[in-house]
Amino acid sequence: MVNRVLTVSLLAGLLAGLLVAALQHVTTTPLILKAETFETALRAAELQHASFTGDARIVLAHGGPDAADHAEWKPQDGLQRTAFTTIVTIATAIGFAALLLGGMIAAGDAITERTALIWAACGFLAFGLVPATGLAPELPGSASAELLHRQTWWIATALVTAGGLWVFLRAEAPWLRALAVLAVLVPHLIGAPHPAAPESKVPAEIAAHFAALSLALQAALWLATGFAVGVLWPWATRRAAAPARA
Amino acid sequence: MTTNTASITTQASASERVKAAAAALALGAALIFTVGFAHSTSVHNAAHDTRHTLAFPCH
Repeated sequence: MVNRVLTVSLLAGLLAGLLVAALQHVTTTPLILKAETFETALRAAELQHASFTGDARIVLAHGGPDAADHAEWKPQDGLQRTAFTTIVTIATAIGFAALLLGGMIAAGDAITERTALIWAACGFLAFGLVPATGLAPELPGSASAELLHRQTWWIATALVTAGGLWVFLRAEAPWLRALAVLAVLVPHLIGAPHPAAPESKVPAEIAAHFAALSLALQAALWLATGFAVGVLWPWATRRAAAPARA
Repeated sequence: MTTNTASITTQASASERVKAAAAALALGAALIFTVGFAHSTSVHNAAHDTRHTLAFPCH
């Protein structure tokens, strides 16, 4: 069964990841590249200002204080960058597929197209939509709070939402279900970490378009992964059972 | 006889299921952590566009 989990995760992730990477290439990536031109322009303006005032040392948004001294590796723009983005999206889809399978197997659910799609929709809610209500999808160059605080809030919110959904959909006691709803709200009552003041130089129209596309692509990635898992799992199960019958 | 076989199969698949679910969840969590959250600069730079697109908190 472990082998089947690995096979189906890899195949489902590969298919869904490739599909979404293609969508990404024509939707969000062009906006990220456009936002980077604003970021670079802002940096150049700051440099000019700094040399004018005599305070020439600035901290780059992508680097930190030592970035200028040790240039870090990053993929070259063009084919290499697209290739890495595609690989990482596929890896994410494999991860989502494994999480879906792990959840469904732990719950003892039958794994079909229908159930896998329902689980994927819940995955999108817990790991996409709900965290995004606190930490909206951001373009490079946006102002944001300390990374570690945001990551902690994101992970906590995703886990609490997933747990809350699980309890709400499976528990029968009304008080338990009410508790689940309350738990889902707690991270939002605490509030996501935000910067003191918004400082983004990226035009609002581009940022808004990006946020909408990002949510749509997250939904697409979850649903495509769920669909692929729902199709491939019964196929792999039949394949595993076939030699036993022969 | 049929009942016996069925119960043995269920027992065997229960431990199999625990193993499979644990392996799947561990693999999924490790992958998502690496692509979405790891602080290594090289990993960040390789994953940059996907992190932004999928709204993982990024720099």
